[in-house]
Amino acid sequence: MTTFTPLPSLIGGLLIGFSTLLMILWLGKIAGVSGIVGQLWSAAAGDRAWRLAFISGLMLAPLLYVCWAPLPAVQIATSTPMLVVAGLLVGFGTRLGSGCTSGHGVCGLSRLSLRSLVATLTFMATAILVVWLLRHA
Amino acid sequence: MSSVIALLAGVIFGLGLIIGGMTNPAKVLAFLDIAGDWDPSLAFVMMGAIAVGFFAFRVARRQAISRLGLPMQLPATTLIDRKLVLGAILFGAGWGIAGFCPGPAVASILIGGREVWIFVASMLAGMGLYTWAARRGWL
Repeated sequence: MTTFTPLPSLIGGLLIGFSTLLMILWLGKIAGVSGIVGQLWSAAAGDRAWRLAFISGLMLAPLLYVCWAPLPAVQIATSTPMLVVAGLLVGFGTRLGSGCTSGHGVCGLSRLSLRSLVATLTFMATAILVVWLLRHA
Repeated sequence: MSSVIALLAGVIFGLGLIIGGMTNPAKVLAFLDIAGDWDPSLAFVMMGAIAVGFFAFRVARRQAISRLGLPMQLPATTLIDRKLVLGAILFGAGWGIAGFCPGPAVASILIGGREVWIFVASMLAGMGLYTWAARRGWL
């Protein structure tokens, strides 16, 4: 059980939005994490540095955050075999569907892309269904 | 210069995920659990992100090159096909099992410990599996 945090969540969202703004207006790139990570190895040499930089920034964020406040808990109740299954599904699925919560959910919906709306509604509905099956069925 | 901006954007993205509560899988699952003790916080993360993103992409659409002189790479595909829907279903299933999507998982690598590493390693394996299968023309 977690508490409803509308204001911090809205502020967090604005920051994520600002990050996508930097990426598109300065670099001309979509801030989609699954695409940035998934194409890291196959990318041409000149297309790799910005990907590594973005991923490094993402990984460094919690280390900067702790300088000013304690980190929120990372609560994982999923068993190891299920974590492996979930990871495989997320990795394969985001590449097959060309995006995840950031690429389709944030950037795609911001662009008013129908393709991303279909993807977002599909992964949201599936995730809600899976949680219902695991917790209530 | 583009790497400096990308690093900064990554840090801001990560801070947004932490402040927004998305790095805690329990909170993400509480958002997805509409039949249980529902925590609608993550809808606010989406609203905040799209409020800024909407403006950003409106500006981007009118420009051929970025502020750093790079080509504006807006997705050209509008196709709604089986790959898109099947991919979203598989991703949604994984997201619903663990409460992790790619951004928060990567942002938690240095703080989350063993479980996060297992998830991220499996996610990378899943991505690799896709690339391998796609190269063979199976997808």
